[in-house]
Formats: sequence, C-alpha cells, structure tokens
Amino acid sequence: MNDRIEKRIELNAPVSRVWRALTDHHEFGTWFRISLDGPFAPGKVTRGKLLYPGYEHVTLAMATETIEPETYFAYRWHPHAIDMSADYSREPMTLVEFRLTPKDGGGTVLAVTESGFASIPAHRRDEAFLRNGNGWAIQLENIARYVTHSA
Amino acid sequence: MSRTALKRRSDLEERATLFAALGDETRLGIVGKLSGGAPQSIARLAEGSALTRQAVTKHLRVLEGAGVVHSVKSGRENLFAFRPQPLKDLRAYLDQVSNQWDDALMRLKDFVEK
Repeated sequence: MNDRIEKRIELNAPVSRVWRALTDHHEFGTWFRISLDGPFAPGKVTRGKLLYPGYEHVTLAMATETIEPETYFAYRWHPHAIDMSADYSREPMTLVEFRLTPKDGGGTVLAVTESGFASIPAHRRDEAFLRNGNGWAIQLENIARYVTHSA
Repeated sequence: MSRTALKRRSDLEERATLFAALGDETRLGIVGKLSGGAPQSIARLAEGSALTRQAVTKHLRVLEGAGVVHSVKSGRENLFAFRPQPLKDLRAYLDQVSNQWDDALMRLKDFVEK
C-alpha cells in the first residue's frame, strides 16, 4: 500500500495531441466525462459537473497548480466529494500530475500520479502526529507489511 | 463508474482517524506487536519498551477508536487484539481509485487515437 497511485500509458498520438486532450477543458471533459466551466489556469479553480447518469448532481473543483506546455500539468482536487452538504474545504486534496514524454515513432508516453491520500485534515492532527518526522510513505509501507503478514 | 460515486463523508472521516491514529511511531509499534496475531495484555505490551502501562493504555484507546485494535476478555484479563479490516478497507479504496484511473486513461487513449 502506498500513498500514491502511479499509472503509465503509451498513446499512439503525438505529444501535442495528448497535451490538448489533457489541458483543453472541453477535451478533458469529453474523455473524463465531466462538464467544466472554464479553462485550466495556474492558481485558478475550474468547476465541473459529472456526466455520469445518476451523478449529475456531483460537482468537482479542480485547482490548477502548474502548466508547463507539452510537458507537465498538475492540479489538486478532492478525490471523492459526493455529499454536497458537507464542507470539504478542510479535507485533504490529492495532487494529480500528468507528465508527457515523446516516444520514438511519434507516440507519447503519459505518466499519471495521484498522491496525498494520506493527508490529514488539520483539525484532526494531534501533537503526536506533528512530532512525527517520518513521511507517510514510510508509515504506509510499515502498515502494508503488517497487513500482509496478518492476512 | 465515477470516482466520486465511491465514498461518503463518514468513510472520509474514518480514513482520517485511521491515518491520525497510525501517524505515531509508538502506536505503529503497538500495532506491529499485535499484528502477529496473538492478543496481548497491557503489561505485555509495555514490556521491553520505555512506556508505562498508563501510556500504553492511552495509545490503545486511540487505536481502538480507529478500529484497528479491539479488546478481548481472557478470563479475568483484558487483552488487546489487532483488527486488520480498516487497513484492508483503506487499501481497497486506493485500488478502486486506481481502477478508475485505468478506465479514464483507456477513454483518453480512445479519444486521442481516433
């Protein structure tokens, strides 16, 4: 178990095509199935409604962090905010990062990471946690070991 | 299937509580001792550590609150046992988000390759 999800996919399309599909909010919305209200821009929040039948009431806020043309695109979001009455503003946001690399022959290697699942809302932190210098990745590796050998 | 359809707020709170409970080396150590399987007494858990029984009790209560430890009676003795389910749930949740990325990236692939 880890605090991040990592994916890598090879796409038979040039980097410029993949870049547009990721960073043009209309195109992103098409494959991700979300209707977004504005373009991605660093420091700006883009909001969207899901286009899945039954989940049209769900809105997502994507806070764009970084855009490095045709190379790197990163945003933060609440990965599972479904209860509209709840205040998620203090809950952890995960960071989603897309990295694009040209592939020989004209394709693109796309690496995606989503990290920060182990972030703790500030109001839940206790002193012990604040004193703890260990990274969450290490903690989770420890936990994974416990889970594995107790299974 | 949408990533947002996954979990409700209560699960979010449970995960946060779990992370907070395990975000302490002492408690992680206690979980480590208990994860071997056999329930142990407070006295046993305090053995060989710099912790008093009171301190161990305090940490066990936090772990109990997060659901990773529960107390069991053995005769007149109160023992504590490891409960792996919350950690398995956490892993299942991450697996689910991971699967949703796989689906989304396949849709992206279809989209850019057409």
